[in-house]
Amino acid sequence: MTDLSFVRSDMLPERAPPANEVGMVKWLRTNLFSTWANSLLTIAAFYVIYLVLANVLPWFSGGVWTTSSLSECREVLQGEVGGCFSVLTERWNQLIYGFKYPVDLYWRPNIALLLLAFAAAPVLFFDLPRKLLLFTAIYPFVAYWLIWGGPIGVPVTAFVGILGAYLVFERFNAANFAAAGLAAVAVAFSLWFIGGYLVDMLASDDPLLTPVASRDLGGFMLNLMLGVTCVSLSIPLGIALALGRQSNLPLIKGVCVIFIEFIRGVPLITLLFVASVMLAYFFPPDATVDLFLRVVIMITLFSSAYIAEVIRGGLAALPKGQYEAADSLGLDYPQAMRFIILPQALKISIPGIVNVAVGLFKDTTLVSVISMFDLVGMIRGPILASQEWNGVYWELLGFAALLFFVVCYGISQYSQWLERRLRTDHR
Amino acid sequence: MKKSAFLGALTVASIAASAAVAQDVSTLDQVKERGKLNCGVTTGLVGFAAPDANGQWKGFDVGVCRAVAAAVLGDANAVEFVPTTGKTRFTALASGEIDMLARNTTWTFSRDVDLKFEFVGINYYDGQGFMVSKDLGASSAKELDGATVCIQTGTTTELNLADFFRANDMSYEPVPIETNAEAQQQYLAGACDVYTTDASGLAATRATFEDPSAHILLPEIISKEPLGPLVRHGDNNWGDIVRWTLNALIAAEELGVTSANIGELGASAGANPEVNRLLGTEGTLGEMLGLDAEWAKRAIMAGGNYGELFAKNIGEETPIALARGLNAQWTEGGLLYAPPFR
Repeated sequence: MTDLSFVRSDMLPERAPPANEVGMVKWLRTNLFSTWANSLLTIAAFYVIYLVLANVLPWFSGGVWTTSSLSECREVLQGEVGGCFSVLTERWNQLIYGFKYPVDLYWRPNIALLLLAFAAAPVLFFDLPRKLLLFTAIYPFVAYWLIWGGPIGVPVTAFVGILGAYLVFERFNAANFAAAGLAAVAVAFSLWFIGGYLVDMLASDDPLLTPVASRDLGGFMLNLMLGVTCVSLSIPLGIALALGRQSNLPLIKGVCVIFIEFIRGVPLITLLFVASVMLAYFFPPDATVDLFLRVVIMITLFSSAYIAEVIRGGLAALPKGQYEAADSLGLDYPQAMRFIILPQALKISIPGIVNVAVGLFKDTTLVSVISMFDLVGMIRGPILASQEWNGVYWELLGFAALLFFVVCYGISQYSQWLERRLRTDHR
Repeated sequence: MKKSAFLGALTVASIAASAAVAQDVSTLDQVKERGKLNCGVTTGLVGFAAPDANGQWKGFDVGVCRAVAAAVLGDANAVEFVPTTGKTRFTALASGEIDMLARNTTWTFSRDVDLKFEFVGINYYDGQGFMVSKDLGASSAKELDGATVCIQTGTTTELNLADFFRANDMSYEPVPIETNAEAQQQYLAGACDVYTTDASGLAATRATFEDPSAHILLPEIISKEPLGPLVRHGDNNWGDIVRWTLNALIAAEELGVTSANIGELGASAGANPEVNRLLGTEGTLGEMLGLDAEWAKRAIMAGGNYGELFAKNIGEETPIALARGLNAQWTEGGLLYAPPFR
């Protein structure tokens, strides 16, 4: 059998793929220049990018960081292109802390921010040990004491009131959910009432931490404080409203529907004006509620209405069988909600909730119109109105945009991680 | 659970920290008891009121606040500056949150009568003006026929502009803008030939340009904008104190009393009897106000007389470079005319 023309007995060495099918060339061909139209678009896009960079890069690299006024900036630049970033370095403290927070006390909000990372971690990342939540429970009081200072009795009283309410609720919850809730509220208020007198009596004239008034807060610190407080308050309130709107009790349902529809029908800025000027008329003249608290209440109510609608969407997405399954297991309403309905509904609602949270954080800049000096308020008011810096717009507003982008992008990335982490279906 | 805890903490704190403002006590007594004057100012206007890099408020309106604080409390720094926006200023004054408002507020009939405030005087005579680029070649507003004009919408300046052009039988094309910052950018970008707003605002805006000399302010002033400090109705004694503190600053300039020579003039009664009465070395004017004899002396020492305040904050030596114009003493062709101290 010698007429076999050819039998290969050994493997050929691998040859390199054609030059236009590998590496950079291949990538360029498939992604940027696959057709004539795409090639044109690519070139046009590169030209636009070039135009932007050619203008922005010299502006950054030629920037001035050390002068003390805009006119000095212009002297240094001598007509060359360059940003006047000195305004950021000279007014750094004002941009971050506002112009009235005492300089020697900056360490207090700094520590509060640091502790926030530890307090938020167990809430955001639930793989962490659950015992860390104890610190989260204490954190608001610690942060309040650090930022506002004053007698330590105030946060301690508030904490004791909440703790008492919690214990009472736990004790009677098994017997009757509603009665336990009412009893908890009653206990909290009576503890606060007694505590208020004790604090007044025991308060020394020279507290450990110097008190700082709310109107002295400002800068990006104020945005962060408002954002964190309002988001964390409005999510539970929003859940309650969403459940209330689905309630079978006409009264609860009616109240929730009217509340949600009213708040959604009113612009936030109107609510803020009400908070800053009108609310004073509703309180007795000798009990003015702190402006920060008034704003927190208004923003919280506003965003909770939106979150309620987002969560209602999540609830509506659940098949009826889930509710019936919970009933057939013999679970009562709170149990069914806690163990079956809400875990699924909230998971569906994550993108919507994050959307509201990001929007809320950016909306905190609206407080500048009621003469609170948040980051934008500081820029629009004191800094642009100073003789040194009047006329610096791009640098300041770009800086504000950068700070907000970092935070909002962070929130968005977290929510995407959360969605991946909670995905239980097998797609 | 922790969220409602924070809310609770804040509630308790705010109720515990709340301060009572009883309405039936006179404003003077309240200020004295508090040890601080609550003075409403703008959230920031170049030259008139703005905090500097150290958080110290500086400016022309701020000077009035400090003078009143010095007269009443003896300390020019005993002022709590409450920043107000155009929308919150009147509520803040009406509700008693502030004792007086010194926030470049135009004195109008309805604000004085209907809103129940009392304007105690005028510390700056402003009016609507025009700014044009030098290249336009206009030297009078009457030559602006057919021009495009940047104008803030919803303001009285918009109405004044329409009136002025109609009265002079000219046409114009409005470019509506929202804020002063936007106007600056639009005007510099050439979207409009003319920018019109209050003359002091135009001067402050021009001061921030890279080349201010390329732009001129036209001589015509087409509206009256008398700016002054104001107080609530119902406490005339307090109104008198603010009014006469402002008058003291104006009279001091007229009489030649400055922060430099006041120590000498105020030490003992001198040759000019009105100076003596003003500075308390003669007569009992301070007592009539419910203050001590040296109230005006302290007010003038706080930041200088009217002319010094003007020169330091908005005058021709500053970047804003406003001429005295209408704000000169009546003896020099202006409108400042303090009633006699007698």
